[in-house]
Amino acid sequence: MDFTLSKKHEMAQSLFKEFAETEVKPLAQEVDEKHEFPRGTVEKMAKAGFLGIPVPKEYGGQGCDPLTYVMCVEELSKVCGTTGVIVSAHTSLCVDPIQTYGTEEQKQKYLPDLASGRKLGAFGLTEPGAGTDAQGQQTKAVLDGDEWVLNGSKCFITNGKEADVYIVIAVTGKVEKRGRTMKEISAFIVDKGTPGFTFGTKENKMGICGSSTYELIFTDCRIPKDNLLGQKGKGFNIAMHTLDGGRIGIAAQALGLAEGALETTINYVKERKQFGRSISQFQNTQFQLADMATKVEAAKMLVYKAAMKKAEYQQNPKISYSVEAAMAKLCAAEVAMEVTTKAVQLHGGYGYIKEYDVERMMRDAKITEIYEGTSEVQRMVISANILK
Amino acid sequence: MKVVVCVKQVPDTKGGVKFNPDGTLDRGAMLTIMNPDDKAGLEAALRLKDEYGAEVTVVTMGLPKAEEVLREAMAMGADKGILVTDRVLGGADTWATSTTLAGAIRNLEYDIIITGRQAIDGDTAQVGPQIAEHLDIPVISYAQDIKIDGDSVIVQRQYDDRYHVLKAKMPCLITALSELNEPRYMTPGGIFDAYDAEITTWGRADLKDVDDSNLGLKGSPTKIAKASDKVRKGAGEKVIPDSPDEAVSYIVDKLKTKHVI
Repeated sequence: MDFTLSKKHEMAQSLFKEFAETEVKPLAQEVDEKHEFPRGTVEKMAKAGFLGIPVPKEYGGQGCDPLTYVMCVEELSKVCGTTGVIVSAHTSLCVDPIQTYGTEEQKQKYLPDLASGRKLGAFGLTEPGAGTDAQGQQTKAVLDGDEWVLNGSKCFITNGKEADVYIVIAVTGKVEKRGRTMKEISAFIVDKGTPGFTFGTKENKMGICGSSTYELIFTDCRIPKDNLLGQKGKGFNIAMHTLDGGRIGIAAQALGLAEGALETTINYVKERKQFGRSISQFQNTQFQLADMATKVEAAKMLVYKAAMKKAEYQQNPKISYSVEAAMAKLCAAEVAMEVTTKAVQLHGGYGYIKEYDVERMMRDAKITEIYEGTSEVQRMVISANILK
Repeated sequence: MKVVVCVKQVPDTKGGVKFNPDGTLDRGAMLTIMNPDDKAGLEAALRLKDEYGAEVTVVTMGLPKAEEVLREAMAMGADKGILVTDRVLGGADTWATSTTLAGAIRNLEYDIIITGRQAIDGDTAQVGPQIAEHLDIPVISYAQDIKIDGDSVIVQRQYDDRYHVLKAKMPCLITALSELNEPRYMTPGGIFDAYDAEITTWGRADLKDVDDSNLGLKGSPTKIAKASDKVRKGAGEKVIPDSPDEAVSYIVDKLKTKHVI
């Protein structure tokens, strides 16, 4: 077991750090305040190859491993949770399922544009009545000649209106399973601009305010028959497997938020003086920081381990990284919430003021315990595995 | 078209400067970066690659650790990296350095050689023009814009309050200013490729047409009498407020920002 990063990973990390500090950090507060999608930053990330990190070179990607991708989301999220989730949703939830389940034609058609960042991706599973209960899907897809006709809506979709390519999960029929009638669920690729595909309201969120979160509406939306992703009826498995990968991305976002809040707080407590000395000299501050740093390090180990496990899966698809991803997300999200909350506390009144980054980081952290599977869902995944 | 870019690994001044007892820089103990002017020169070469399909070879002279700067250059898009390293080349001043680099470049084909104007650790601006002298080719220094015109280059040379436009036949040497452009970022895939690629390493024996008396510390006419770190002081700030009230509110704001009050 080796906990040392390779030279190439070290250099990639320094690249992501430099980019985050130079291009992302100066805009983080404004993006949050104005609820503005950072389009310019996305274009710069596209140019630097950040939107196709784990995609093979033959499809126009960077040909790197999951750990490199995780470090990218982590470093971006250290300074801006919004930018981190844009990359994560695009890569894990749209690019990855096309790479994993797409036909050669679909890969050739979609991956080069997505991996180069000419197009941005999104993923639509959640519906008003179907969150954790993915079987509660209402969106339907009916085959009519050479086209699928989609009707229904998806909500809370990250990269919502800004994306160009969407993975959409829909009900395609009914199947008998163990004597019960279940919904048959399939996955589709839908292009922006397809007639019948429109956007509903933009969500006004607590955190990750620059991220574009929209409702997707499908009204007799006709897509080519060939846009079925994977086999008909395998949509639930595709969605669940996609979320396994997505959880590693969100775990990396949560880790970055926690690390960012910790770094900011370390600098602050050295500067802030009370009772004639810096508050870093008080034992309460020291112990709080020790706990925060220890938890961040533990989360980092789990997140990196999940990324390594996903790399193993890529060599041998029989290996599952589902539990590692769930543990990484559960731990990192809860650490992010705890560390950012403590960071605000250590900042005192200033921590509650929007000018100070930790205020935003605490709001951004909360969603990591909710989206792409709540912490409770992660506990279900983990316990189901250890009790089987 | 073949372009050779000379780059130098220099101390990252953000990480502090450390000296050996003899007054030379303790390069092994410092964080390092690619010299900013050289990085702009590399970007200029990469733009020639984008536009004209130029082949870009990056050369550096330094400790074995200087290989990192070549990997970085290749991760940005350079095609080849050559590290010139040998104990006998250590302690070189600008004369011995330019002699060494010219000796290395004589092994290569080139239309344009690009160096940075100067390195942030020595600030001499001598190595680029000296290489051109050794190779007997024209030099245009302080380039703020480079264009290709047939078998020539047209370069804007920065000059105090104006710029000069110069045309030179290739092969020639150009020294670049960091203002020349905004260097591109490395790409993650470029980094992976750079670490999988071979770096060519040359020693004294590989240098062409150079005399030992012009190499290393012994071949360096410059002797450093003394070097020291700057005494660090707060930079201070001068403000001239319009009224006493404004002065007071300015000071109070500053004290608040620093959490004194």
